[in-house]
Amino acid sequence: MNTPATPLLQVQNLRVEFPTRHGTLLALDDISFDIAPGEILGVVGESGAGKSLTGAAIIGLLEPPGRIAAGRILLDGRRIDDLDADAMRKIRGRQIGAIFQDPLTSLNPLYTVGRQLVETIRTHLPMDEAQARERAVDLLRQTGIPAPEARIDQYPHQFSGGMRQRVVIALALAAQPRLIVADEPTTALDVSIQAQIIALLKRLAREQGAAVMLVTHDMGVIAETCDRVAVMYAGRIAEIGPVHEVIHRPAHPYSKGLMGSIPAMDEDRERLLQIDGAMPRLNAIPRGCAFNPRCPGVHDRCRRERPELADAGATRAACWLAGRGAEAAR
Amino acid sequence: MSAAAPRVAGVAASVDAPLVEVQDLSKVFDVSAPWLNRVLEGKPRQKVHAVDGVSFAIRRGTTLALVGESGCGKSTVARLLVGLYAPTAGSLRFDGQDTRAVLASPQAQALRRRMQMIFQDPYASLNPRWRVRDIVAEPLREHRLLDGREPIERRVGELLQSVGLAAADAVKFPHQFSGGQRQRISIARALATQPEFLVCDEPTSALDVSVQAQVLNIMKDLQRARGLTYLFISHNLAVVRHVADEVGVMYLGRLVEIAPKRTLFAAPRHPYTRMLLDAIPDIHMTGRARTPVQGEVPNPLDPPSGCAFHPRCPHANARCGAERPVLLEREGVRVACHAVEEGRLAVGG
Repeated sequence: MNTPATPLLQVQNLRVEFPTRHGTLLALDDISFDIAPGEILGVVGESGAGKSLTGAAIIGLLEPPGRIAAGRILLDGRRIDDLDADAMRKIRGRQIGAIFQDPLTSLNPLYTVGRQLVETIRTHLPMDEAQARERAVDLLRQTGIPAPEARIDQYPHQFSGGMRQRVVIALALAAQPRLIVADEPTTALDVSIQAQIIALLKRLAREQGAAVMLVTHDMGVIAETCDRVAVMYAGRIAEIGPVHEVIHRPAHPYSKGLMGSIPAMDEDRERLLQIDGAMPRLNAIPRGCAFNPRCPGVHDRCRRERPELADAGATRAACWLAGRGAEAAR
Repeated sequence: MSAAAPRVAGVAASVDAPLVEVQDLSKVFDVSAPWLNRVLEGKPRQKVHAVDGVSFAIRRGTTLALVGESGCGKSTVARLLVGLYAPTAGSLRFDGQDTRAVLASPQAQALRRRMQMIFQDPYASLNPRWRVRDIVAEPLREHRLLDGREPIERRVGELLQSVGLAAADAVKFPHQFSGGQRQRISIARALATQPEFLVCDEPTSALDVSVQAQVLNIMKDLQRARGLTYLFISHNLAVVRHVADEVGVMYLGRLVEIAPKRTLFAAPRHPYTRMLLDAIPDIHMTGRARTPVQGEVPNPLDPPSGCAFHPRCPHANARCGAERPVLLEREGVRVACHAVEEGRLAVGG
């Protein structure tokens, strides 16, 4: 869709490790992608594929002992992966807004919604109390909370699940961040609320030019919301490309299996396509292509050599077969 | 059958007769504050009508899916059907017998054997300290279906194989399995008593899509091979569309529409059903503009008067706010909506 020239977020060869007693686990392995202003990038994959970890690495909230072992993360051309905790805290909130899955744990139950918003706004923007409150009301209105003037003085427990998630989004937007990292923002919500939150995210990207990284396991949400999508598998990007292409003409066998396993609303199938087996654990990632033991089209080379992301039609896929023909896989 | 298990003449004999029949089923939970708080603080008694006058039937070998948002009462219906809750009012019949009467009689064990349940969370529904063989064998022992170590082990092996696991997996512990494999262990356990009726409460909601596909495929294969009857509870309409023969839509404890799957998805009638169908993000509708949905499910402690959906309904009028609509059948579809009944609402496409 829209592909403005300069990306706002650049992730280059990111590698995240978890040192453990039984050796170092490689949780993210050579992840590279970027997001332009106004663009929504979806990140999908199964539990444990590394999607949430990628988000956590970008916002600087990797849980110890996890650490960035290699690669760079650039926001607006400036490196942010090597900043200290204080500098990163200033960027988080001001320039990067984070939205997490569970809206209740993201809010302080002891403070009113307004107090939390005002505090966040005043931390990042030069405003006095009254201006900040006005902005808070405005943010609540933007996120679709009815009667924001009245609700601003209520506590989180007085809000329903969907309303709380809107408050969390309002908090994330308080300082007009240029990048929003949303980790499963609709997963805990019912479909009707989910639809409203998705519409809100899309509007923010469109109207405020925010770059959004949307992590979810729900392909339906991705299809509705994103411009591009990255499919992750075992800590690597298996395929990345325009959302329509990845869904309808996936090049990577894993993306194909993933799309085929989703029950669709507009077609009847007696059986769903299933990928046998399960994603390998981090301590047992096979040599070569991580997907090779489950791949229906596996070749010798897939077991020996790891494929890098390469052009495969309209998308980029990490597969010896995709877009290169069987010759490449020998 | 004994006097404690009365049968309705002629019903149980027919093959087409429903295996499960539910009539005006209701469940009220008392969620009042403790007595002392009521006395001292003047807090009122509070009751939630979790299930409110629900009626449906499930034919042998078919799947009825109940859908709805959180708090609509679908899981309560599931628990009522297998006897985990006792209904406040209404009747439940299984194979022509009144289940409440049977469960109070000496035949209770025999009836329990015929219906089993699969729960949502495969991490919470398996005892982490038991080996898989003990988990799957528990119903066999509990119901004294098999005696002796060897026959039980052989049966456990067969059950594990029937859900795509290996007989050798029997010696492992649940933590050695992934979520999808654990859910298959739950299915194997449920199949141990050779039930006819399985109640599945969100069986794939905790699973990744590729794993969900494995579990749904196994469930369908088992249904075909053994003629199983399912009650399938889910909030995921795409999954429901894949597994169900008939679909019931619930809202705030009431059934608002129940129809054969094809009809329901092709021509939803109730405004709430339309809203739900409109709201699902679907992978094949990239870039589709959605009708924004208004409002949220009201507090079940204080449901709206009349039709529970009327505050969110674009077609509501004075009658909807005053009078509760009943399920009326038209062309094989049962809908509880004044607008549909009065013809104010054209059949949706």
